[in-house]
Amino acid sequence: MAHFTKATSLHDWLNQRLAVDTLRRVLAKEYWIPKDINFLWAMGMVLAITFGLLLVSGIFLLMYYQPNVNLAFDSVNYTIMKEVEFGWLWRHIHGVAASVVFLIIYIHMFTGIYYGSYKKGRELIWISGMLLFVTFSAEAFSGYMLPWGQMSYWAGMVITNLFSLGDLHMNGLVEWIRGDYVPGQAFLNRFFMLHVLLLPLVIMALIGLHFGTLRIPHVNNQEGEEIDFEEEAAKYKAGKKAESKVIAFANDFLAKDMFVVSVFLIFFFYLVFYHYDFAMDPVNFDPADPLKTPAHIYPEWYFLWSYEILRPFSTNVGLVAFGFAQVIFFLLPFLDKSPNAKPAHKRGLFKVWFWVMLVDMIILTAMGKLPPEGIFSTIGLYAALTFIGLWIILPIITKMEKEV
Amino acid sequence: MKDSSRRGFMGKAFGAVAGVGAVASLYAMKKTWDPLPSVKAAGFTTLDMTAYEGNVLVTEKWRGKPVFVLKQTPEMVEFAKKKNELNRLIKVGNDYYMIVLGLCTHLGCIPGYDAEKKSFLCACHGGTYDSTAMVTKAPPPRGLDIPPFKVDGMKVVLGEEGPEYKKLLQEGVTLPV
Repeated sequence: MAHFTKATSLHDWLNQRLAVDTLRRVLAKEYWIPKDINFLWAMGMVLAITFGLLLVSGIFLLMYYQPNVNLAFDSVNYTIMKEVEFGWLWRHIHGVAASVVFLIIYIHMFTGIYYGSYKKGRELIWISGMLLFVTFSAEAFSGYMLPWGQMSYWAGMVITNLFSLGDLHMNGLVEWIRGDYVPGQAFLNRFFMLHVLLLPLVIMALIGLHFGTLRIPHVNNQEGEEIDFEEEAAKYKAGKKAESKVIAFANDFLAKDMFVVSVFLIFFFYLVFYHYDFAMDPVNFDPADPLKTPAHIYPEWYFLWSYEILRPFSTNVGLVAFGFAQVIFFLLPFLDKSPNAKPAHKRGLFKVWFWVMLVDMIILTAMGKLPPEGIFSTIGLYAALTFIGLWIILPIITKMEKEV
Repeated sequence: MKDSSRRGFMGKAFGAVAGVGAVASLYAMKKTWDPLPSVKAAGFTTLDMTAYEGNVLVTEKWRGKPVFVLKQTPEMVEFAKKKNELNRLIKVGNDYYMIVLGLCTHLGCIPGYDAEKKSFLCACHGGTYDSTAMVTKAPPPRGLDIPPFKVDGMKVVLGEEGPEYKKLLQEGVTLPV
């Protein structure tokens, strides 16, 4: 048996059994963050906090929600909203956080793209992040089913129909996913399970992986400079903090991180208390009706860009384009052939590519919200073609890039 | 040496047992997600065809899905003949009826009917269909599907496959739903 001595304090008692000092040193005090970063580097912590908000508010909603096609709508819109004290608070936190989390995810992603933080040893950070994005999307979709309003029902119908894969007519697969010919009790129950158990478990595992992938390459910096972390850490520990290019994660960096989180939380709770309606589609306040499609079906804003890539084409082409849009971001580290892990403004044509991509995705998002008629259809079509074209030229323009 | 080969054997034996168990579990999990027998058995809708009026769309329900019934006026029958789409209509007695699943063949929204224009518009992605439910504007890849039916005097039973329906399937006028 290992040798234990009489503990001198609670800390010492824990330390002998759990090595809490070592854990703290490895995970926080001697985990090094470059100094040359800006507030965009705090988005990871903002996301972690937002996930925490979703988890806590979700736990309270779970206590009154009824996953039953006859009761679900009223359990949300009557029981939680009108009867349960502060029920509205949990629902509005949950709804607003579900929307805002995607805003932050997109900022986090585009920060990574801009600064080349998916290159030279950071590929797995990008891939695990994309896995998180996909799982968050599934989590958002399954959660959107639960109030069982008109938008829930018809979004469920349309998205599960995608799995018939156009002319392959895999109706059996669609019915298997739903457990019925149309979304019904079996469908609501299984999406409830996915939303409150399986997908959150996967998300938590992926967050662990995402942190793990960060450990060895460390976070990038504003100039894409390759830092010798051991050497810089040695300077820092020797007391030459001003000279060192790095600071410790805790408590130095964490203090700045949490400052950005505070600013975010003020903005977040402003939305929760005064502008929660942007996250609550009015159509979803009508109970699900299988015999009446709402006039316009559109997803929440964060899915609009990929929805707009589906929309202007015929079914099969649309599905291929949609599938392309879903997976192509995974391949970014391998399609970017440039030797430079530098910010976009130092990379010539890539800088143009970055801004065109960003603007194109905003246009796709706007067009996805508008009815598919006339000029909007045309703009949507060209924006979708631009999106696909940008990915085709990415390997070419990055291959031409000179080393800087 | 002897030791390690024994360990190797135990590893392989465990792998085999675990493999069989994993496949069996996946099979059970797949079957658990299948539609229940009660869901599958819920099923037949009988329509009395004398109750419909020309160019008035009626939405019936079959297996939880909407079914459009549109009795054709003489002009509509002429239109169908001209477009060579008469085979999409179901003849009961002396009248022709359009009986189709009211779900857009693109992604399953319910199209709306405009009796004046005699055409369907799907609001989701802008597809249109004519009065025999043939597609006239993409993205839908084909006309609305015809559900399995059996003509029985002046009645039509949805969910049963009569000879008329089987003929439509064979000729590729509609797809199995």
